[in-house]
Amino acid sequence: MLRKLLVANRGEIAVRVIRAAQDLGITTVAVYSDADRDSLHVQIADEAVNIGPPAAKKSYLNVAALLKAAADTGADSVHPGYGFLAENADFADACAAAGLVFVGPSGDAIRMMGDKVAARAAAHAAGVPVVPGSMGRVADIDAARHILIDTGFPVMIKAAAGGGGRGIRIANDLAEFESAFPQAAAEALAAFGDGGLYMEKVITQARHIEVQVLGDGKDAVHCFERECSLQRRRQKVWEEAPSTALSDRVRDELCASAVRLTRAVGYSGAGTIEYLYDDAADRFYFIEMNTRIQVEHPVTEMITGIDLVAEMLRIAGGEPLRLKQRDITVKGHAIEVRLNAEDPARDFAPFPGTVSGLRVPGGPGVRFESMLYAGYTVPPFYDSLLAKLVVHAETREAAITRLVRALHETRIDGLKTTKPLFLALADDPAVQANDVHTRWLEGWLETHAARLVPELEP
Amino acid sequence: MAQILSPLPGTFYRSSSPDKPPFKADGDGVAVGDVIGLIEVMKSFHEVRSDVAGTNIHFAADNEEPVMAGAVLADLD
Repeated sequence: MLRKLLVANRGEIAVRVIRAAQDLGITTVAVYSDADRDSLHVQIADEAVNIGPPAAKKSYLNVAALLKAAADTGADSVHPGYGFLAENADFADACAAAGLVFVGPSGDAIRMMGDKVAARAAAHAAGVPVVPGSMGRVADIDAARHILIDTGFPVMIKAAAGGGGRGIRIANDLAEFESAFPQAAAEALAAFGDGGLYMEKVITQARHIEVQVLGDGKDAVHCFERECSLQRRRQKVWEEAPSTALSDRVRDELCASAVRLTRAVGYSGAGTIEYLYDDAADRFYFIEMNTRIQVEHPVTEMITGIDLVAEMLRIAGGEPLRLKQRDITVKGHAIEVRLNAEDPARDFAPFPGTVSGLRVPGGPGVRFESMLYAGYTVPPFYDSLLAKLVVHAETREAAITRLVRALHETRIDGLKTTKPLFLALADDPAVQANDVHTRWLEGWLETHAARLVPELEP
Repeated sequence: MAQILSPLPGTFYRSSSPDKPPFKADGDGVAVGDVIGLIEVMKSFHEVRSDVAGTNIHFAADNEEPVMAGAVLADLD
């Protein structure tokens, strides 16, 4: 069992991890930048250590400062939360080298799953469907033409050395492909000094479905799926569990495939395997594995009754998986919305400031995960997540009704927040019918955003 | 003598990326509408444009310095 845990994060996830650790009788050490002296996570932890100036790279991303804080406080373990260093393989290795238990998978597992080609190959080897395309680099245009049999059109041609959307071309038919492929190779060589190309089928309309897994390095279980199709600029804003889009047969196949991959890579800790689900074709495809606890983990906790962060801590402490697959069942439906300090009527412009008053929602089936308190000043240096409002009810319809009720109870005075977005979404027939896909929200916002004016309380 | 103030709280940057030269060097002239830096607020970047013209800009805020809204970023002659 872990004895003393350093939480290498801030905000609501630091609060969440500290609570889980304290519930297990583990002593907690918070770390904070100069901008976070008054933060809730600093107040509730058993000890707190200042690790540097506001800029994340000088504090929350400063490995030397974090390791020193762990050594100075006698911590035996480190939980990275999400973001910051959570999926940094070198940090996991550095913790291990310093004799600290990293609450998460090994550096090697993070490294492999962080490499798109290696992760795709591991998924394919475990019998997990991947988006049709090349397995690695395409040798030449003859090999490329052969791959088109699997992908069809439109097809994406990607520079192997590219990234972040750079070096991508899309061909809609064979004529476009014949001219685009050599151009893409020449461009990639000029831009990246490497003419290597990948190919992948373009899935034009799909849902984002992900499976929560837990592994202890040998065995693995799944905790069913979440649907996170409502996204803006690839950021999830509304997540739910389970997905009402899946048949029982597809859900079984999807979750079984996630367990196969988790076992195949000897994964330890909590992880999420992300898929695209193409409704029209009734097919799912592996996208990537996230080797951390995710923002939206509470919806899974609400429907399964499992404390995922506590399970992470138990596994890291050396316990084998306590849960057998047959013990994990789904009860009801849960929805999470992300209340961000942003003005949805003004292109989601950030709105840091002081919380002049706070009314937290409550009652049955409502959970409010947040670091806010009345009088707290939200610093401008980090992300805009203020709170996750999570509701649970017997059915999806009842969960949406409860979400609206809880949103009306919620007041975060002094800041503009994304609350009006969620009231409008909850009232939208497409959302109510779950007739959405990953690009639905951006289209909807083009016609609805101007009306999402937050009321700014004094 | 004029001042350019930060319109937002956040982190001030003098160039568009670490490997780029600063938007303005100390001593440069500034026209109305010129970009003199960026403010990063909650992971989003906002250009700071001067609403005054002047000569001989001198920065009061350093690159990567945390600033409050209304803080003096630079002085102009």
